Amino acid sequence: MTTETVEAPRSARTARRSTNWEKWGWIFMRASGVVLIVLIFGHLFVNLVAGDGVHAIDFAFVAGKWAAPFWQWWDFAMLVLALIHGSNGMRTIVNDYANNPLLRRVLKGALLVSTIVLIVLGTLVIFTFDPCPTGGDPALLPSFCGAQ
Amino acid sequence: MSDAANVEAAVADGAVSTGVAEAPIEAFTVTLIIRRFDPEVDAEPHWQDFDVQMYPTDRVLDALHKIKWEQDGSLTFRRSCAHGVCGSDAMRINGRNRLACKTLIKDLDITKPIYIEAIKGLPLEKDLVVDMEPFFQSYREVQPFLIASSKPEKERLQSPAARERFDDTTKCILCAACTSSCPVFWTDGQYFGPAAIVNAHRFIFDDRDEAAKVRLDILNDREGVWRCRTTFNCTEACPRGIEVTKAIAEVKQAVIRGHR
Repeated sequence: MTTETVEAPRSARTARRSTNWEKWGWIFMRASGVVLIVLIFGHLFVNLVAGDGVHAIDFAFVAGKWAAPFWQWWDFAMLVLALIHGSNGMRTIVNDYANNPLLRRVLKGALLVSTIVLIVLGTLVIFTFDPCPTGGDPALLPSFCGAQ
Repeated sequence: MSDAANVEAAVADGAVSTGVAEAPIEAFTVTLIIRRFDPEVDAEPHWQDFDVQMYPTDRVLDALHKIKWEQDGSLTFRRSCAHGVCGSDAMRINGRNRLACKTLIKDLDITKPIYIEAIKGLPLEKDLVVDMEPFFQSYREVQPFLIASSKPEKERLQSPAARERFDDTTKCILCAACTSSCPVFWTDGQYFGPAAIVNAHRFIFDDRDEAAKVRLDILNDREGVWRCRTTFNCTEACPRGIEVTKAIAEVKQAVIRGHR
């Protein structure tokens, strides 16, 4: 039982805008959720269960996966969908709990910036990953790069 | 003489009365803890407890009446019909939104005090009375009336199947139990709330009505149906048993379809 009093009005009604993204946000959350179930459980199965299971995971395993465009695009889809799905969920929480308009802007701006930065960095890693960079210190390279 | 004849004779003599009707109805003492607030005196609401003698057939509303009529006349609450139809006496009883006139005391745990407070999310005016205006403003915004261009010579006919489509949402009595149990409505009070969407649903899915598109546009708003998080508080709170969350989901699907 709570004795809290909920103050009213808690915030002024914001002016109605011509375009409304809430519908598309709602649809995106459902669609990306369904796709993410397949992507994440497929990812977990291939990494942890199939073949030698969890014991097969090492640097070479990851390098081998990212040598194939199929896994590059699988991981890219997982990265983008999960980050947007998660940050949109955080946005709705901000809408619910942050009543101060300035605080709202700051929190939503921080969410937007961090999501973009993470997507850009993650995409760079997935598509530019090279396990055997030319000119690298041989002592730091994995054993399978010996051919160079 | 048989036993039955003996009893019959005794009853006829007035010596023994029939047992069932004479069994004493047992009263019990119930403690009610009510959240009081008098805006002219109190800065903050406070809890006050009352002991009342109740019978198993009594409702929470009877307990409130007993307190108001016999102990403290300043206790303020709304009630009109007192039979679950007018929707005036929705209140939070033991942490759940219910109608005081439909809640039997014996159905609550009377070994503990019964906590009663006003519904949440609407401005508290006095004791159990809140300002319902924000609630009715949302209700008016969805245009809860029949909109039809034609002027029929006789009544507008409707098939039983078409009537069945929105039967559930015709049951709403506007008590605000659903809207004031909704955590999204509690956050900033801008969300239309379950009751307004239920009453929009009642006309959106009525095949005699021509303004379904208008209402769907109104509810396809930042503060419209998309703020619903399907927590089912509204369905659980509804004293009329309306499947409120289901109605909201049907409106969401209609918004996506773009028509009824």
